[in-house]
Amino acid sequence: MSGARLIVIGASAGAVQALLALLPSLPASFPLPMLVVVHVPSDRDNVLVPLLQAKCRLLVKEAEDKEPILGGVIYFAPSDYHLLVEAEGTLALSTDEQVNYSRPSIDVLFESAADAYGAGVVGVVMTGANHDGAAGLKAVLDAGGVAIIQDRTEAYATAMPDAALEACPTAFTMTLDSIASYLSSLGAA
Amino acid sequence: MSEIEDLEIQLLLEALYQRYHYDFRHYARASIKRRLTQARSQLGFPSISAMQDRVLHDPAMLPRLLGFLTVQVSEMFRDPSYFRALREKVVPHLRTYPSLKVWIAGCSTGEEVYSLAILFREEGLYDRTIFYATDINPEALAAAEAGVYALDRIRKFTENHQKSGGRSSLSDYYTAAYGRAVFDKSLRNRVVFSDHSLVTDAVFAEMHLISCRNVMIYFDRPLQDRAIGLFRESLTRKGFLGLGSKESLRFSAHAAAFSEFAAEEKIYQRREP
Ligand SMILES: C[S@@+](CC[C@H](N)C(=O)[O-])C[C@H]1O[C@@H](n2cnc3c(N)ncnc32)[C@H](O)[C@@H]1O
Repeated sequence: MSGARLIVIGASAGAVQALLALLPSLPASFPLPMLVVVHVPSDRDNVLVPLLQAKCRLLVKEAEDKEPILGGVIYFAPSDYHLLVEAEGTLALSTDEQVNYSRPSIDVLFESAADAYGAGVVGVVMTGANHDGAAGLKAVLDAGGVAIIQDRTEAYATAMPDAALEACPTAFTMTLDSIASYLSSLGAA
Repeated sequence: MSEIEDLEIQLLLEALYQRYHYDFRHYARASIKRRLTQARSQLGFPSISAMQDRVLHDPAMLPRLLGFLTVQVSEMFRDPSYFRALREKVVPHLRTYPSLKVWIAGCSTGEEVYSLAILFREEGLYDRTIFYATDINPEALAAAEAGVYALDRIRKFTENHQKSGGRSSLSDYYTAAYGRAVFDKSLRNRVVFSDHSLVTDAVFAEMHLISCRNVMIYFDRPLQDRAIGLFRESLTRKGFLGLGSKESLRFSAHAAAFSEFAAEEKIYQRREP
């Protein structure tokens, strides 16, 4: 049994390979909703969603404003919009200023998720060459949620996992393989 | 801790409404909370309540807080495909009217206003159009009326203008001086800038086109419905409503009153009553 209700994932440089290694391994019966922020240049928006949809057993879609958050769906933040979680279980978009030079920002997603879902959040920070996600992962931990960081030895870019680990020394570090089996086990409970 | 902060936020929003009639009580909570927490730390208050105390007693504090509460991110010809669709698909319909009214709701610092004015000029419609540019942030409205932008933003504006199917050079419309681009007065001699809230104010004229982009994402669902209700009442038969690229009428109570005119570009048309 676990109290997990929502999974949030953030990745930057190297994200595509990492997500391709992680998301397709999730079973079709995976019951939790998953929200993903990836930093991509704003003119390359929609490539990731169809690419992953083709490989995943779960529904992969771009998040829409005021959309209800449903289990078994993987929502991606649209490029150039922040993605936030509302307490009543809906998604919200915003065009607020960039945070950590990024829009969407991982911190913005994680902090709002921690605020709305408290201890029910599992946060995963993966490969990336910046510091986005560190403060957000700390917010997840502070709210009683689970914090996971991709093992730096297999990350394409280590700055983001390193920054997250520095902000959250008690987080679990895991390889993509173990992240995949951990997430799958949340579903099996 | 977070629960107390939620309560403080609720009280602050109530105070702003009671004292100044600014109604943020039904804005999407997650982002308003983020911005108020930012305001608290950047303005150096120990708590949201302390900030509330100050703004209640010191009206000079209000504009500073409004700066945090209203997001002023904009760009000329933002999402060029939207403006291209207006140009190619909506303008042919607008041409059939002898005079036109256009409402830019939540016009922020004016980028969208000048984009539409330029587009209408290029399409030969400017002189028969009245534009209403409205917002709740007085500083943003003043900036919109001034039409002065940092020169380093012009490159992006020019690129967007070209991608939107621009028929002229953007540089025809501004003069560059001291690192700033000053847009031509003639682009706003048919624009009425005014303070209007989609939350608390009523319909004020009958419109052929309403452009309201990236404003309603900041509202909760019932408030979105109120705003869309205003647009519905305000539009002429078969009038057009343009939204931001990630907004839609899909979750709205008024969805049935509109048809999708250019679905990808989020342009809707009011159905016949
Ligand atoms: C992100 S900006 C959008 C600017 C522009 N429409 C665009 O898409 O580039 C949002 C604007 O909505 C305005 N706004 C917020 N609440 C409003 C309300 N109740 N009525 C009218 N405008 C509002 C804000 O002041 C801000 O200027």
